Amino acid sequence: MNLFVIYPEIFLLVMACLVALLDLWSQDPLRQRAYLASLMTLAALALWHAILAVNDVQGTAFGGMVVQDTMGSWLKSAASLALLVTLVYAKPYAQSRDMLRGSEMFSLSLLALLGMFVMMTGNHLLLLYLGLELLTLSSYALVALRRDDLNASEAAMKYFVLGAMASGFMLYGMSMMYGATGTLELPALAAQLTLGQADTRVLALGVVFVVAGLAFKLGAVPFHMWVPDVYEGAPTAVTLMLAAAPKLAAFALAMRLLVAGFLPLAMDWQPMLALLAVMSLLVGNLAAIAQRSLKRMLAFSTISHVGFLLLGLVAGVSAQGGAEQAVQAYSASMFYALTYVLTTLATFGVMLLLSREGFESDQLQDFAGLNQRSPWLAAAMAACMFSLAGVPPLVGFYAKFAVLQVVLASHAPWALALVLFALLMSLVGAFYYLRLIKIMYFDPATQTDAPNPGAGARLTLTLNVVAMLALGLLPGGLLAICTQAMVSLLV
Amino acid sequence: MGALSLALWTPVLSGLVVLALGQQAQAQRVQRVASWLAALSLLAVLPMAWQFVPGVAGMQLQEQVAWIERFGVYYHLGVDGISFWLIVLTAFTTWVVVLSVGQGVTQRVHQYLGAFLVLSGFMIGVFCALDGLLFYVFFEATLIPMYLIIGVWGGPNRIYAAFKFFLYTLAGSLLMLAAVIYLYNASGGSFNLGVWANLPLSAAEQNALFFAFLAAFAVKVPMWPVHTWLPDVHVEAPTGGSAVLAAIMLKLGAYGFLRFSLPIAPDASQDWAGLMLGLSLVAVIYVGLVALVQTDMKKLVAYSSVAHMGFVTLGFFVFAPLGMSGAVVQMIAHGFVSAAMFLCIGVLYDRTHSRDIAAYGGVVNTMPRFAAFAVLFAMANSGLPGTAGFVGEWMVILAAVKANFWLGLGAATALILGAAYTLWMIKRVMFGAVANAAVAKLTDITGRETLVLALLALAVLAMGVYPKPFTDIIDPSVVELLSHVAKSKLP
Repeated sequence: MNLFVIYPEIFLLVMACLVALLDLWSQDPLRQRAYLASLMTLAALALWHAILAVNDVQGTAFGGMVVQDTMGSWLKSAASLALLVTLVYAKPYAQSRDMLRGSEMFSLSLLALLGMFVMMTGNHLLLLYLGLELLTLSSYALVALRRDDLNASEAAMKYFVLGAMASGFMLYGMSMMYGATGTLELPALAAQLTLGQADTRVLALGVVFVVAGLAFKLGAVPFHMWVPDVYEGAPTAVTLMLAAAPKLAAFALAMRLLVAGFLPLAMDWQPMLALLAVMSLLVGNLAAIAQRSLKRMLAFSTISHVGFLLLGLVAGVSAQGGAEQAVQAYSASMFYALTYVLTTLATFGVMLLLSREGFESDQLQDFAGLNQRSPWLAAAMAACMFSLAGVPPLVGFYAKFAVLQVVLASHAPWALALVLFALLMSLVGAFYYLRLIKIMYFDPATQTDAPNPGAGARLTLTLNVVAMLALGLLPGGLLAICTQAMVSLLV
Repeated sequence: MGALSLALWTPVLSGLVVLALGQQAQAQRVQRVASWLAALSLLAVLPMAWQFVPGVAGMQLQEQVAWIERFGVYYHLGVDGISFWLIVLTAFTTWVVVLSVGQGVTQRVHQYLGAFLVLSGFMIGVFCALDGLLFYVFFEATLIPMYLIIGVWGGPNRIYAAFKFFLYTLAGSLLMLAAVIYLYNASGGSFNLGVWANLPLSAAEQNALFFAFLAAFAVKVPMWPVHTWLPDVHVEAPTGGSAVLAAIMLKLGAYGFLRFSLPIAPDASQDWAGLMLGLSLVAVIYVGLVALVQTDMKKLVAYSSVAHMGFVTLGFFVFAPLGMSGAVVQMIAHGFVSAAMFLCIGVLYDRTHSRDIAAYGGVVNTMPRFAAFAVLFAMANSGLPGTAGFVGEWMVILAAVKANFWLGLGAATALILGAAYTLWMIKRVMFGAVANAAVAKLTDITGRETLVLALLALAVLAMGVYPKPFTDIIDPSVVELLSHVAKSKLP
């Protein structure tokens, strides 16, 4: 038994339990011990996985149910780091909103991370499903953390009902794949599919259900209904927990299921993803224009970015390109996911830093004249918006560029139309991102007090934005990492 | 660090330094620091001018460093006869504009001047980029500071103008992005403009690329009928913004024709030359007539800019060395003259807060020194021999007559129209009896304003009296470009 492969998961589980237990003997209203223990755990995990990834450590355990590869290690490292940053931003917010009555926020988010790890590392349909369930169950509880808040409770309920249905979809699809091929292990499943003896009707149906489940988790149209409501209803700190790291897990899940498992069926799932991408781009960008709540706007913006991310997955298998094209395409998507998470962290970071007791700072108007009150926060937010809009020299541009390049390189008949459509939609998107900049820079301030966030959060935000700007100037390193990750997955 | 990198990054870093001065710094101190830094940025161009060898057609002072290895993108800079004077013009105009900022801007002066310096660096980047993606990054990046300059420090309708500016130009350049990606894939993974220029392309490909580039550059130039954003933006932009926009930003589009459209799609350029000449003539004649009836001084000069840029595109598409050199000379000359015109209007606007021609009359009585400068620049704007405005227009008209008499005649009417609208405006504003109390209260230009206008007057006269240094440097590169365009690239 090669337990070494799952040492990080075991460590994380132990730490999650310890953080929960620590609380039993603590009277500290700030939950400082649980907080620091969580941060330390996350920092250790991020470093650990980065070392594994840099050294290209590969391995399997439990008879191939668990796989360790470079893609998984990089994504786990990034997810740990994202959660770490999230917790730093979230702490003052949670403190002032009575969300720290116990240390559940920390232990639940660590358990959610464990679920993400399992999704990034599992090589077996049931294991992946278990990881997904662990993540979503923890998320439901996190959304409901402000139990006296009506909106949060409503959001949790909605999220739970729709999420349970989506999980059902995915499980049903998995059962069909199992029925058709007789195996739950992804490599064996892929081998079976290559042989081509399984019933194609059952397989096609199975893929439809799995893709529907995935689309729900990613928040792609038409499975996006929960996204704006949950984003808006959940406490902002929890919204960030849903918006950042889990996107990486969903991406990993898509890679494991569709690429590692169902790659021979690419001609079935690629058009589905293309349709999802087009609809997400359209609905996400158009609906975002009409929003007044920043959280809802960002929710629709997320939907549109998921559309872009899916475009990269659509371009992987094509008539002419071989493994090279697949590596390029999937690594472009991975780059998109990573940079999107980085930008989202900073965006919500500004929101969380601006909120105070009794003031959420989640409406667009709350940002009026921010440049006068705090030029630094306004500049950070403006950089995020330009990046999300895809304006160079910010990192979002390179992400969009990478995705559009692989779509055109796939030489599919609809590739050019798809690229032009995506460009048109990013023009629409530019409008609402610019509008927030307009509100911050051009409008007069409605409040006069300068926000005064804590030193830790301010430092983290600074590092976050600097990382974003640095990636905008030198995106080559991260792109190389993504390429290396996909080479380890595919070749 | 090479001479070009020095010229490019000095203003960007200077801009960041000015931004870092912060809100607390006194406006006057900020302006003094920014003026010195802008002068330093102009000095930073000297090593390039020193090392540049006139009479050589190809790219000089090349710098090439791998930037994004995944896409084969290089930080590749170079300068030839076409871009040499544009770089000098950019640094010079920025210095003059930074010097000129007076009581018109009182709020957040550090951000205002910082934005100009950063913008200047980006524009120099456009003029010396030899890598397709690098060019695009700089080309788009210029939108960010300009958007903020218009939106924060503009007139009453500034928000509309800022959005129109950003979205209009973004829409054009997104098509260019598609073209850039297409060329990257077609050339087997290169962004080198030299490689693209020698890439065989079918007629259909060339046509598509030509129109994709046209979308980006025609909006930026702007050519009729996509020029409508320019008057709206000029009217709302602050004086310095208008000056930089007219003097340099419009040239980015015209320069794009010479670097992208002509060398990459020479056959399509020849095929569509008729269309381009037609659009240019419309700009020259029709927009000239439109300028005649304007009542707002800034709008009048904005339309005059469109007409003058029509001359530039006309000169390009005659495909004669004389015409193209004349067009490049016209780009430089229009840079000096339009900056001067907008700064003159700014001088009046600072004092009376009106841009209406009807609000003035007899200004010469109260501001004799200012009137002398204004009349000189008006003469240059209408193309009087001995001023910068004459040289380029004369060369373009000569080339046009050689190509086709009627074309030449059409182009020459611009001289009449230009004289008509400019001098009529000057007559109504400057001469006659003192029209009202506001004019009677006017005070003549201050020392700083005199310095600014004198610098520009010197440039305008020097270029008009002795244009040889300009044409000597421009000619060889233009001849080489034309010989390249004459060769068919059809496979």
